Amino acid sequence: MIRGAVDSEDPDRLYTVTGGRSRVDESVFDMVTLIVSESEPSPGMQSEHAKILRMCHRPLAVVEISSYLGLPVSVVKILLCDLLDTGKITARHPQVVRSDRQLPEPEMLKKVLVALQNL
Amino acid sequence: MHSRTSDRPEGAQLSESARDGLKIVIVGGFGVGKTTMVRSVSEIRPLSTEETMTQAGVGIDDASQVQDKTTTTVAFDFGRISLDEQMVLYLFGAPGQERFWFLWDRLFMGTLGAVVLVDTNRLSDSWYAIDRLEHHGTPFIVARNNFGEPKHTLEEVRAALDLPADIPIVDCDARERDSSKAVLVALARHLYSLSTSPSTFSSAPSSAAQESTA
Ligand SMILES: Nc1nc2c(ncn2[C@@H]2O[C@H](COP(=O)(O)OP(=O)(O)OP(=O)(O)O)[C@@H](O)[C@H]2O)c(=O)[nH]1
Ligand SMILES: [Mg+2]
Repeated sequence: MIRGAVDSEDPDRLYTVTGGRSRVDESVFDMVTLIVSESEPSPGMQSEHAKILRMCHRPLAVVEISSYLGLPVSVVKILLCDLLDTGKITARHPQVVRSDRQLPEPEMLKKVLVALQNL
Repeated sequence: MHSRTSDRPEGAQLSESARDGLKIVIVGGFGVGKTTMVRSVSEIRPLSTEETMTQAGVGIDDASQVQDKTTTTVAFDFGRISLDEQMVLYLFGAPGQERFWFLWDRLFMGTLGAVVLVDTNRLSDSWYAIDRLEHHGTPFIVARNNFGEPKHTLEEVRAALDLPADIPIVDCDARERDSSKAVLVALARHLYSLSTSPSTFSSAPSSAAQESTA
């Protein structure tokens, strides 16, 4: 088990990382939204932004980024908003979701079932 | 146990074409084998992280608390299974503490379904989880994690849990990949069959009966 540094998180660091912002439209990113870098880190960029760009050469879920950075998911979402706004990342949002009592389409669930059977 | 953080993803990288993240949650009492199950089927070593959630203080711990904003930090672990070139399934080991269930809806929004892991020596540990899942209308199956020789039949467990006949219950050994995989297959089959008979699902079997204990 890889334990992030979240436990011992210094509130000051969280403040610095997010520039004191605490609000973000959380609905933009799901925990399993897949993030892909669209550019390389630039000099002078905030280190967490640079780290995200380096780790997302291949798609990576928000929750994985959170674990690798050792920052809570909500803080990572704020950082991702910055990068999305400036076009440095793209976000692939989940398509197969359940809302309230509405399941995804049977064809999608069939695909999930068959894929699991074939693992 | 690693304590360092890394800005390099370890293990298998996702395909360039991965675009659709799916969620399944594994719930159950303390030490029932949730993390063990995530580890046995995941293609990456289980990772852990936290989410900090704010909600109006409607008594997470105590109904008499001041009506103020309360911040709760919820830790959870997770693993990943690439299903095909597009779909990636994330498996979450949900925190066992009952007070986190108030945050369940938001934390695991969009989850396809849940596996309730039970240890038959501590069946009562799973009552709360089952109750909350029914309350939220989250589809689920029950998997008995066999710590040694089972002492009861699955039908006895079903009766003890007061589980409706249409909710599957299966045996497993959470340490074994194939066994954990079979649990996920059972859940996926259940979800598929619910999706092809919408009336069953929308009527949320037995939730009314359970609501009184919520
Ligand atoms: N004999 C046996 N031991 C198991 C089995 N599954 C899990 N264990 C052990 O039981 C202990 C608890 O398992 P975990 O996977 O950490 O349980 P958990 O549900 O994640 O626990 P919490 O997160 O603390 O609630 C570990 O020592 C496991 O090795 C099983 O099927 N058989
Ligand atoms: Mg655990």
